Amino acid sequence: MADVAIERKDSAPPRAARKRASLRTALKRKSTAAFLMTLPLILLISLLVIYPAFYSLHLATLNKSMQRFVGLGNFQFLFTRETFWLVVQQSCIFAITAVIFKALIGFVVAHFVHNIPAKGQRKWRGMLLVPWVIPPAMSTLAWLWLFDPSYSAFNYLLAGIGVDRIPWTGETGWARFSVILVNIWVGAPFFMIMYLASLKSVPDQLYEAAAIDGANWWQRIWYVTLPMMRNIIAITTLFSLIVTFANFDIVRILTAGGPLDRTHIFATWAFRIGIEGGDIPLGASVSLFMIPILAIAAVFILRDINKRGNEA
Amino acid sequence: MPRNKLSRRQFVAATAMSSAALITAPYIRSANAAGKLNIGFWDHWVPGANKASTELVNEWAAKEKVEVTIDYIPSQGNKNLLTIAAEAQAKSGHDILAMPTWWPHAQADLLEPMNDVVEALIKQNGEVNGTVKYLGKSGDKWLAVPACIGSQIKGPCSRIDLMKQHANIDVQAMYPAGQPPKADGWTTDTFLKAAEACHKGGVPFGIGLGETSDSVDTVGAFFLAFGAEVVDAKGNVVVKNDNVRQVLEFYKKLMAFLPSDAPAWDDGSNNRWLVSGKGALIMNPPSAWAVAKRDAPQIAEQCWTHGFPIGPKGRFAPFLPYFWSVWNFGKNKPAAKSLLTHLSQPAAVEKLVAASGGYDLPAFEKLTTLKTWAEESPPKGTLYHYPNPHNHQNLSISAAGAPPKIAQQIYTQATLTKMCVRYYRGESMEATLSWAQGELEGFMRS
Repeated sequence: MADVAIERKDSAPPRAARKRASLRTALKRKSTAAFLMTLPLILLISLLVIYPAFYSLHLATLNKSMQRFVGLGNFQFLFTRETFWLVVQQSCIFAITAVIFKALIGFVVAHFVHNIPAKGQRKWRGMLLVPWVIPPAMSTLAWLWLFDPSYSAFNYLLAGIGVDRIPWTGETGWARFSVILVNIWVGAPFFMIMYLASLKSVPDQLYEAAAIDGANWWQRIWYVTLPMMRNIIAITTLFSLIVTFANFDIVRILTAGGPLDRTHIFATWAFRIGIEGGDIPLGASVSLFMIPILAIAAVFILRDINKRGNEA
Repeated sequence: MPRNKLSRRQFVAATAMSSAALITAPYIRSANAAGKLNIGFWDHWVPGANKASTELVNEWAAKEKVEVTIDYIPSQGNKNLLTIAAEAQAKSGHDILAMPTWWPHAQADLLEPMNDVVEALIKQNGEVNGTVKYLGKSGDKWLAVPACIGSQIKGPCSRIDLMKQHANIDVQAMYPAGQPPKADGWTTDTFLKAAEACHKGGVPFGIGLGETSDSVDTVGAFFLAFGAEVVDAKGNVVVKNDNVRQVLEFYKKLMAFLPSDAPAWDDGSNNRWLVSGKGALIMNPPSAWAVAKRDAPQIAEQCWTHGFPIGPKGRFAPFLPYFWSVWNFGKNKPAAKSLLTHLSQPAAVEKLVAASGGYDLPAFEKLTTLKTWAEESPPKGTLYHYPNPHNHQNLSISAAGAPPKIAQQIYTQATLTKMCVRYYRGESMEATLSWAQGELEGFMRS
């Protein structure tokens, strides 16, 4: 017994010391510090993103008066609605067209800016980022005035050169064109800045080697620039696709989904049904329908990135 | 010294009585002893109108010793609808909340019955119109108190000079100030001819065909004037009927004389149309006239607000009432009811109407002849017929007749406007009706 007691007395301090030491080591670890520093953000995201996401899942399973569980009944109902499929189609047209043009314009402008001498480049970068930096709700209001049905500034200019006024937001085709145009205007600078950063990281030696091999301008783009930018193009496209699919403000301000629902996308139609129409469960179901579409897109785009990572 | 001993029985009885008194007594008249009252009013667009409601509330609060806070919630960006939805979800919020048109029915299960307040007000101020009952009452339960603030009629506001010049119609003679209307000849046919004449004269009628409320309200009044029912009172879809076909034909003719961009109009477009002097008539409460008074007085001087044209089934004008509602989870219901009674007294209503420049409309029939409407100018009497003082037209709301929860969907989705635009743009009548039938069947969800 005495031995045991002595043994306990002797062994206690080293164990406590070890604990303290391991705590100190854990705190000193970079990953622990990083985790603690990101903890407030994790909590914030849990509160403002994860909780509402699960809550909307819950809402989507209720009936209109939110008193009865209907399982997937809301989705089944949506599948029978003509307007829902119109919205699915329009969301795809809106997002895909806008992302393609944003990427193309971003790519071209990034090359222009990249070729500007370093001295004046900062000024151009700053100016070109302006559409992306202004809150879209504000800039879209300016576009609204430019497209106004009766007092469009564009039409005023067109009238000056004898061209008939264009129903920018009054005709289906023009209304779709207008909302996509504004989305491209807002989003292209993001692509531009990402591509510019990527372009700057392409080693000059590769271009020199290509030039020695006799590659022309197009071959340099195709065989050097694009492969080196593949990952950033994929990630930027995915990010933009998500943001464009979920867009609300531009369509809401410019056309509110009209004329004849021909510019509604998921978010605006969900708002129309859920908030304005008072059918919150159906509105939640519409907005949740974006998830599988985006998830499929994400799987394809990210899988490609992994493949290239392995190849590297 | 004799000492009164309190028996256990006396103690229990005294405690019970004090508790009952504390629970049931609504107010104890000491400084703020009647508790707090949190109010969510609609944020009025007329400068100074909020001030009048604040003064009325403060006046009541001082008398009743209640601590009040008021939030003015704008309808711009649907912030009021978002607030209603959020409070309904959270089961917490304002003690009194202003709700537009359809929302008392949409939140019917969560609202405190207001029969005691409304029935007393009807006895005092006169009957309310059918639309107020349709929107504010469910069975025998009054869901909310009809509010003066924000309630409006969206009737025609015509340019006196342009209507005379191009359509040979004297709107002042048809609707003389201070006298009953002499508008038997103001029919939908006359309206159509006037629209054509003004279109030819380069000053078309500014009637929107978009998906916002002004467009929906106008088309709804014409549907009712033709007896065009799309869903009946029992909730059956009845859109494929001759009256609907007739009104679609009427609208097709009318649309040819409206601005070509009308399908893209929002609720501000018609106001701008009138104020800029581009058109001879719009359908709106006196807000456009009030803006013209400030920004283009020469146009305001020529504006006259009057009644709708009569159709084969009657004369209908869009009436959009606001309501003051009290949640059943509210914390100070007796005080809320007391305040709503105070705000609906004739003197309070008169003050609110004057502060809004005649825009706000009380729902009660004895309060439609206030001096504000008779005196507002220029020109004098321009708003005399705005509150429908001679019951010349049926005050209605688009899609009325259908059960309110279905009608709300028809209204919000602008189904009637879309039908007109589809048919006008070349879709066949039967295709339009079939499309509408599909849409309407989708609104039957419960």
